[in-house]
Amino acid sequence: MKTNDVMLQTATKVVIFIILLFAVHIFFTGHYTPGGGFVGGLLTASAIVLLMLAFDLDTVKKILPLNYVAMVAVGLLIALGTAGASIVFDVPFFTHAYDYFDLPLFGKTSLHSAALFDLGVYLVVVGVTMTIIQTIGEDE
Amino acid sequence: MMTFYWVALLIISFAFVGLLYRLIKGPSIADRIVALDALGVALVSIIALLSLILETKFFLAIILLLSILAFIGTVAFAKFIERGVIFDRKPNR
Repeated sequence: MKTNDVMLQTATKVVIFIILLFAVHIFFTGHYTPGGGFVGGLLTASAIVLLMLAFDLDTVKKILPLNYVAMVAVGLLIALGTAGASIVFDVPFFTHAYDYFDLPLFGKTSLHSAALFDLGVYLVVVGVTMTIIQTIGEDE
Repeated sequence: MMTFYWVALLIISFAFVGLLYRLIKGPSIADRIVALDALGVALVSIIALLSLILETKFFLAIILLLSILAFIGTVAFAKFIERGVIFDRKPNR
């Protein structure tokens, strides 16, 4: 049966950027306001789910050629690497560090190594969610 | 001004109960899905009024989050009752 869901597809093309931008926002504001890697990852996954709803699994695989299982591995490596870097500087495991930097565009910014750990959490959450949904969706 | 917020919260709670009645009673599945979507909107307005009453702006992210989730959930349900599948495997044209 040929179906025509041009309204859903057009709305998705606009809404998906708002959701992704909100996900990035909620990821980076996690240090001072509610949010963080977990919610940001779930929002990114829901954006990809919306793309799968409006289009189909093969199209999404073509426009986002990501290996989500490898994404989980990379996320775990980043999280473990952030924790393990404390060994190099001779401080207890999982010790984080922060400092203030003068970035050209942002001005005085505080960069914290917990954001890197959060990036690992983000990648793991996106990878696990998309692996589950893709595996169930491809099931006959 | 605080009384105004509480009265608005009460009215929306009544609307919430009415929507819950439609969700339970609704004869068809489509009625229930529309009721669920409207429940999401009512929940968003309740959270907005609560953030006014508690005088905090930390709930504002939840409002956008809930609207996105309600939208995606409604789209998924609608696609399920129309075609029987949620994710198509191949492009259908």
